[in-house]
Amino acid sequence: WGPAELLVCETLFSRAGGSRSRCPARSPCPSRFWGEGRAGDAARALTGSLAGSGDGAPSSSRVFVVRRDQDIYIQTLRKLFNESHGIFMGLQRSEEELAGKSRKAQLVQVSKNYRSVIRACMEDMHQAAVLTRDSALQGQYSTQVSILSAMELIWNLCEILFVEAATAGPLLLRLLDWVRLHVCDVDSMVREVLNSESPSKHKLFWNVVDVFVLQGRMDEARHLLSKEASANPTSVNMYKILDDLMKKMPVPSLGNTQTLTELELKWQHWHEECQRYLQDGTFASNPHMESICKILLGDEEAILEKKELMTTWYHFLVTRLLYSHPTVKPMELRFYAQSSMDLFLGGESSPEPLDMILMAAFEFEMHQVIKECSIVLSNWWFVAHLTDLLDHCKLLQSHNLYFGSNMREFLLLEYASGLFSHHSLWQLGVDYFDHCPEYGRAYLELHIERIPLSTEQKALKVLRICEQRQMHEQVRSICKIMAMKALRNNRLGSALSWSIRAKDAAFATLISDRFLKDYCERGCFSDLDLIDNLGPSMLLSDRLTFLGKYREFHRLYGEKRFLEAARLLLMLMTAHIAPCSFWMTLLTDALPLLEQKEVIFSAEQTYELMRCLEDLTAGNPDKQRFQDDDVETTKVEMLRLALARNLARVIVKEGTVEGS
Amino acid sequence: QDNRISIWSAGDLGNEGLNGEYHGEPRLLCDIQHNGDVMDMQFLDQERIVVASSTGTVTIFRHHQNNQTLSANHLWEKAHYHVDQDTSCGGAACTGVVCNNPEIVTVGEDGRINLFRADQKDAVRTIDNADSSTLHAVTFLRTTEILTVNSIGQLKIWDLRQQRNEPSQIFSLAGDRVPLHCVDRHPNQQHIVATGGQDGMLSIWDIRQGTMPVSLLNAHEAEMWEVHFHPSDPDHLFTCSEDGSLWHWDTSTNVSEKPSFLHQGGRSTAYLSHSTVNQSVVSAWLSNDPTKDRMEITNLIPNQTLSVNSLDVLGPCLVYGTDAEAIYVNRQLFA
Repeated sequence: WGPAELLVCETLFSRAGGSRSRCPARSPCPSRFWGEGRAGDAARALTGSLAGSGDGAPSSSRVFVVRRDQDIYIQTLRKLFNESHGIFMGLQRSEEELAGKSRKAQLVQVSKNYRSVIRACMEDMHQAAVLTRDSALQGQYSTQVSILSAMELIWNLCEILFVEAATAGPLLLRLLDWVRLHVCDVDSMVREVLNSESPSKHKLFWNVVDVFVLQGRMDEARHLLSKEASANPTSVNMYKILDDLMKKMPVPSLGNTQTLTELELKWQHWHEECQRYLQDGTFASNPHMESICKILLGDEEAILEKKELMTTWYHFLVTRLLYSHPTVKPMELRFYAQSSMDLFLGGESSPEPLDMILMAAFEFEMHQVIKECSIVLSNWWFVAHLTDLLDHCKLLQSHNLYFGSNMREFLLLEYASGLFSHHSLWQLGVDYFDHCPEYGRAYLELHIERIPLSTEQKALKVLRICEQRQMHEQVRSICKIMAMKALRNNRLGSALSWSIRAKDAAFATLISDRFLKDYCERGCFSDLDLIDNLGPSMLLSDRLTFLGKYREFHRLYGEKRFLEAARLLLMLMTAHIAPCSFWMTLLTDALPLLEQKEVIFSAEQTYELMRCLEDLTAGNPDKQRFQDDDVETTKVEMLRLALARNLARVIVKEGTVEGS
Repeated sequence: QDNRISIWSAGDLGNEGLNGEYHGEPRLLCDIQHNGDVMDMQFLDQERIVVASSTGTVTIFRHHQNNQTLSANHLWEKAHYHVDQDTSCGGAACTGVVCNNPEIVTVGEDGRINLFRADQKDAVRTIDNADSSTLHAVTFLRTTEILTVNSIGQLKIWDLRQQRNEPSQIFSLAGDRVPLHCVDRHPNQQHIVATGGQDGMLSIWDIRQGTMPVSLLNAHEAEMWEVHFHPSDPDHLFTCSEDGSLWHWDTSTNVSEKPSFLHQGGRSTAYLSHSTVNQSVVSAWLSNDPTKDRMEITNLIPNQTLSVNSLDVLGPCLVYGTDAEAIYVNRQLFA
């Protein structure tokens, strides 16, 4: 189980308030929990695979797997998450000092980057849908493609209205681009006509011309009309006039070549000219051309007749604006939008969620846009990134929710938490938490400890993240977990290396005790390569130091450097580096040294040894097993004897005058 | 978990545009499911790839070039395992693999060294408990000797001809026993070895002399995952790290300091006097004089975010992979 998965077991009692579990797959119900605070958190987690009976009737027990965020497991979306993470980080790090135009240009570029990532993902998904043979999977991919396409549509509009904040004039041009890019139901028809041998004879010819006119693609329309004109000499006159009108149509320009008033004047002039031609009946003989002229005049009915070619109300809106109010100001959009939608839908169908979102955008209700998107989409990716971008544009006042953090942070936290339940995408989540000033760190601390550490490499990555953020608690706890695992697998060297990383003296003591225990049982050291090469890490814990020194004693003894060995042995006991339990072993190790032909221990040292022996045996007599254990008593006696003999010899030796 | 081994084509030579620059994006040719994380992999020969898994399994995959498919050719399960059966199926991650056709050597978190032959079902030789800590990487020193690095900062040489299960030599870092994660040997001069540590430090060792590194270069800010000498141009070294950077170490700049007649003769030094031979053939990597021998170090990644986990270099081509699930191919390394 991942850290953010819940196991839900249905009981035999009917569920009180069972409405929560009715969420159909893939659409969360945060609308009810918007602003409800953290209590809604668990319920928000109930997205995805809840498919049980929601009516609360007692039924056979089922076990549900509930996942926080199902979308992150879609293979093809991983590119989206990874790439957008890169863009997000770039945005956070970008210079704040850039002001005014250059900053705006930078933000627009970021927005375009996000959009291109969405498009790339759409492409991949589309490819996958085409290549797969599994129809269920194909359906899933197609749905995803349409969702992504809708997301890009919304994002693009937000970019035009909010990020770029296009002003009257360029606004219309941007909206035209937007429509041309996104309404592509007619593309295949267009291609068909253009690729046919004589386009003007094609039955859909006029449809295509209409499409071009509706989308403001004057040059292409004129090009097609010229073919018609050459094929049909009788209407050459009409064609010339229409062509002329289309050529002269004033459009807003991106540069500062003309002011709005200039444009309006020109446009008024042109409009009147078109009016005149229409009223004169110039185009009366050709209904197609007449309708085109009406469209040029902005006649709503004429435009509405071409509903199927426009397919959406926002296309209708833009066409209307193009031919009746090309200098529309951003704040005026809402009125036109509302009326366009009403006219287009005409009461036959009710607006869909996408329509509502776009309407909210036209009304410049950013919060509404975000709220609606959150409701409709099954994943926090879109709203989190969009809100973050808008926040960087300084467009969102801190919309304080009940639990204190602002909306941007709330959404980023939700998105990142979703990422953490993934076995590999959690690394992206870390960076998101970093950029949530209020609660990010707390969230990160809780989440990072719960990542399953299947390999050492993963643990190292997690540790590095914790260390970089000074999360010492987490470092300690993770190192302890890894060290315990290593210890259980008998990898004492690994365990030691983990405790060194965490500077965990207690654990190092534990490991040393293990070594010493092994030694006592087997009589020799295991893992000599480790103990011999402890280096400065020996100082991490007293026990470890003792272990290293003890091994050194053995080495010295093996190399027959008895004097040094003796000195070391004594130091181990007198400096209290050795644990009391080990003193007996140490004294026993002293025996062969005492029994050597030449005297090794000096008088001082012998006295010390005797003192140690007395300290050891003078302990609590009840607890002492020495009295009952024959081996132990023999040992003590032998030691006493050896010590006494050594003392005798050394006194004689030291008393002897040299050279006499 | 859905891990796959994939083979990509990074563009054929025939795709070169007019000015030879545009090569096209890497295309996926084929892939196959893999059990567990891929910890290390290496080509055994033109068609076979040996892959080390986090489940402790070592697999040989065969790439069928005629129909562009991959298939699992041979499997050594439980090549690495922990003795304690309570842990997850007892498997221990296999952390490093190196091939010298037909021999394959693997090392793992269980401190075990395995020697396999490509055509044999069982391991030819296993050194149990070769190390009390995790072995992070392995490479061939000579055909019968291997080098391993472990997580207590030791570099060990193992002689595979000998039957005893002890390393023939142990080298260790001077100060703190920082774990070493990667190791590579100079392609031509077999006594020069480079290792990378957990603190991002690059160490150059001369294994003919001493037990400590010749030079310690403070490199990255986090674990160094891989280090590679350029196989045909060993004055160049590449390292990649958890901190998201990939460094190119270039010691070829002191070529100009060598006497000019060396250029003409190439590597042949037969006609030079003894003293100049000694001076000029000593590799730049071992020189200790920082003022005389300048090393150029460049970070090849402009805007780094997540860790660079692995890299490989061949000819003018550099490939590396990051934690942002992206693979980068640089086809004009020395341009």
